[in-house]
Parts: sequence; structure tokens; C-alpha cells
Amino acid sequence: MFTRRVSISAAALAFVFGAGTAVAEGPNLGRPIDPADIAPWDISILPDGTGLPPGGGTPAQGERIFAQKCGMCHGEKGKGGVAAPVVGGGPIDRIEAPKTIANFWGYSTTVFDFIRRAMPWQQPRSLTDNEVYALTAYILAENKLIGQNDSMNAETLPKVRMPNRDGFIIRFPDKI
Amino acid sequence: MAMTLDRQDSEGLEVVAGNGLLDRRAFLRSGAAVAGTVMGYTFVRSAAAAPLADDPWSLGPGGLSRPYQLRSRFEEKIARTLSNPNGEPRTSHARTPHHLINGTITPNGLHFTIVHSGTPDIDPDKHRLVIHGLVKQPLVFTLDTLARYPMVSRFSFVECGGNSAPMFSKEPIQASVQALHGLVSCSEWTGVRLSTLLDETGIDPKAKWIVAEGADSLALSRSVPVKKALDDAMIALYQNGERLMPGNGYPMRLLLPGYEGNMNVKFLRRLKLVEQPAMSYYETRTYSQILPNGKAFRFYFLQEVKSFITHPSPGLELRGPGFYEISGIAYSGNGRISKVMVSADGGKSWGEAALQAPVLSKAFTRFRMPWRWDGGPAVLQSRAWDEGGNVQPTRAQFVAERGETRNIPPVLGFPNQHYNSLTSWAVDGKGEVRHVYA
Repeated sequence: MFTRRVSISAAALAFVFGAGTAVAEGPNLGRPIDPADIAPWDISILPDGTGLPPGGGTPAQGERIFAQKCGMCHGEKGKGGVAAPVVGGGPIDRIEAPKTIANFWGYSTTVFDFIRRAMPWQQPRSLTDNEVYALTAYILAENKLIGQNDSMNAETLPKVRMPNRDGFIIRFPDKI
Repeated sequence: MAMTLDRQDSEGLEVVAGNGLLDRRAFLRSGAAVAGTVMGYTFVRSAAAAPLADDPWSLGPGGLSRPYQLRSRFEEKIARTLSNPNGEPRTSHARTPHHLINGTITPNGLHFTIVHSGTPDIDPDKHRLVIHGLVKQPLVFTLDTLARYPMVSRFSFVECGGNSAPMFSKEPIQASVQALHGLVSCSEWTGVRLSTLLDETGIDPKAKWIVAEGADSLALSRSVPVKKALDDAMIALYQNGERLMPGNGYPMRLLLPGYEGNMNVKFLRRLKLVEQPAMSYYETRTYSQILPNGKAFRFYFLQEVKSFITHPSPGLELRGPGFYEISGIAYSGNGRISKVMVSADGGKSWGEAALQAPVLSKAFTRFRMPWRWDGGPAVLQSRAWDEGGNVQPTRAQFVAERGETRNIPPVLGFPNQHYNSLTSWAVDGKGEVRHVYA
């Protein structure tokens, strides 16, 4: 039964596309989808800034949002609470050193990406893009990685160079 | 190290290494007389010798069959240990009790799980998997459509990059094999090859990475090389014959045999083909490993060759001198296990263990070693090799490269990741087993 359906659909496809058209062998049951219909899920940000949305925000704007939506877990001024601190961090001086945005993260875009996809804990993906930019700006400024008046947007964020950017070794380059 | 050994023990069995390790074929050759003297490791107290009699369950009809059967009520204590039983807003780990099970396949209810924001309650009819980005034709799949594709089954272990993290401690932490090594399990996974789906979407030659994302509240995201996706990656729908367990990614997960557990994205809903890795939170922060010189590994990917003894191990006492079977599990993300050596004298001398067939690539291999315990102190170790010639480093070699902690970490902590050195169990004169470094 199953085999018969597959062979019929393969034959039908061959007829539609004609001999010589490359048709992958297989059931071809995936439904084509327009990129516009994927957009609500397409939240991937790459370190060069690919995928960053329009909008922007400042540390001052972010400070207000942080106090309202983030501080109850990450502590006042992001110094840590029931959730990890997002501001500060000591030297990477031992193999179990706590990894923080300031002392470890290699890319500023990861801050935007993780806030937008995962925070706040109880209501992920409830923040506007402007709010995510503002929170990213606030956290970067509190970590003294940007100035207090620097606005973060799709242009400026990828240019923020993180202190540990070159602190990594690809373990198995041949696997990439 | 070579050692002078009596070539036969008191019962005429061939000794292959110090402290009573016997040839791995000893029991096969010697037959039932010797096998009958092997003592098991068990929590259950054996009944005193008494005249045999029928028990109540033999004297009347038994209970009802259940539509989905449950294990005996006497086995209910065999369970995973939970790091976050009340669901506080942090990661939850559930560890496999390797010392209380046997064989090579982890029962679904005992497969380890790690969820970073709870286990989502996904309606399979509403779940979607979309493949897009640098493809010729973006496609969306339902569970029903995927279930109509040609399927493959394979046995594969899945191991958290942080499994065995307490072994980074500068002093040995007293804990069971479950606490130390419980974040690895092995199942038969059935599903659709990812390459089959990518054939249908087509791949833009510029695509080098696939960003995989789950439908959990964190939209957990990891970057996977296209090279791995086209090698042996699978969209897994079944685990040991039944649909995936919720904590293992129901209704579908990415399976990357031999690769770090977190990359095997659960609740998989999106695969985006891109030119460069996303540098997501979990790949550039959590699963990057700090080295003694202050640099950190990125994209470790591989779960390297490893083994540990499950029987005996802390919590399983030896009840008197005599014959025991030392057994444990070995596995490698590089392929098949080719050899496991066992020592009973802390690494002074080694004997080759028997490998339980079938020995499968990137899956658990059970090793077994007959042992006549003379009742004295012993230190048990195992060391595995894989078909690529990779070998478990000794602890000295491992610590020289990867370091150890400055302070003693909590047993549930993750001071570092990707530990694949040896584990040593010290047996004392009372038959109690402790974790030591040797």
C-alpha cells in the first residue's frame, strides 16, 4: 500500500516536471512555505549581524525595562540573584571560573539573540525588538563594553567587540 | 606494566593480570561449575537456606495485564536522580542509574534528560518542522508526513558534554556511578535521515552550517556543520520502538550520533542553513570549555572514547571473597570500541575484557571481566580504545592537558566538560567500594 503510493507520486512528479528534471528521490511530502510565513519563527542572528531586525534602543531605556522585567531574577543592576549575574565577572583564572558576558562571551550579537529567544523566563518572546535592543544596550553599558549613550541597532551592535573574542580554540577544525 | 603473575589461580583458571583478574574466556571454557560460583552485585538480601515452599503468588491466579505495562513494584526504587525536583527556574538534570541496570540499552524511563526550562507539553498534531535558509525550496513537515518517509534505525548513545564533570575535582568526590556518569544513555533511535529531507529542499553550496532550534520556551539553538548533517544525522521519531519520551524531545529531535548531547536539539522545529555558525548562547558560553591557560575550546562536538565500570561501583558491595564479574560500558563518538582493558591493581597490570556482541559504532558496548576477589584491597579501572586508535587518557595525561579544579566542586556542579579519562573504584577488605584517583 505504502510502496504503491510512493511509486504513483514519483511517476506523477516525473510526468509534471518531464524527463531530465532533477527530482530528488523520496516521497516529496514537505509542503513548500514562503519565507514570509517563516518570519515569525525566524529569529536566528549571526555574529556578523545577519538577521538583526529594524529598531534600536539605549542603555537608559534598557535600565527601566531591566528593573521591571529582569531584575527580580538577575538582581539589581544585573549583579545576580536567583539567576546568573549579567554584569561583571572575575578573571578566567581557573578551569571552573564562572563565565560571564564581560569575561567570556565572544560576540555581542549573542546577547541580543538569547534575550530575544529566551527571556523573560516566564514570558519568552514577549519583548519587542526595541526592548531587546535597549536591554542589550543596558547590559553592554553596565559591563563598560559600550558608552552610556550608545544606541544599539542592527548597524552598531555587531561592531561591539567583546573582550574575549579571540579567547577560543576550535577543538576539531576537521569536523567543520 | 609487566608483572610476574601466577598463571593459574587456586581453581585452575588462567590469571591475566594482578589481584585476581582472570582470562576473559575463563567462564566460557570452564563451564557451569565455575559460573555457578559467580556472585552477583545486588541490594537484595539473599534468603537464608530453608526448605523450598510455594509462595502465595504461586497458589492463585495473578493480576491483570495493563494496556501499557509497568515494571514490578519491587523495582520502583530503580530510578533517575533529579537535580531540580520542584521545577525551580533553572536547568533540570535526571541521571541514569548505570549501577542498577545492565546490558547496553537504557530503558526509556531511565534515559537521562536535561531540560533547561522544563519539558514542553507538545501536541504532535500541531508540531511543525521547517527547513529554510540557504536551500532551493523551503519546506515544512508535519509529524504525519515525516512518518511516511523511508526510515532508518540505529543504536546510538547520547551523552551530555557535562557528563562526568565531578571528575574535574582535584579530590575524588564520593558519589555513585549514577552521580558521576549518569548523563549518558543509549537507545535504538528510529527516524528519517536528515540528508533525505535536505535532498528535497536542495542545498545552496554556500551553506556550511545548520542552525537547529527547538520548540521549548528557550527556543534552544545550536549550530551544526552541514558535513555532519549529510553524514549520519537523523530526525528521530522513535526511541526503543516507541515515540520519543517527552524529556528526550517528543515529538522529534535531531540525532547527531557521537556528538555532544546539547547539539541533538530536542522538540526540533526549525533548521536554517547558513554560511556561518550562529554563536548561540549554548555553543559560545555553556558548552565552551575553559582550559588551564585561560583559553577555551569551542565546537568540541565529539564525545570521545570513554569507559567506566558499573559493577561493582559505589553502593554495590561485594559480599565476601570469591568470583565476581566486573562489567561496565564503553563508547566512542568516533566509532566502534575495539578494546577494553581492565585493571584490579590500580593500573599496574591489565587484562583484556570480553566485549559483548554486537559491538556497534557510537553505541554502548558492554565489557565483562571475570575476577576472583581474594578479599584484599583492590583498585578497579577500565580503559577503552576505539577503532580509530583513540584511547582513553590516563588521569595524569588528562589533567596535564585539561586541568583540575582549584576547590572541590559540588557533586551536581559543572566545573568543566568533556571528561573522558579513567574512573577508579577502590574495594576495601569489607567489600565496600569507594571512588579514588589512581
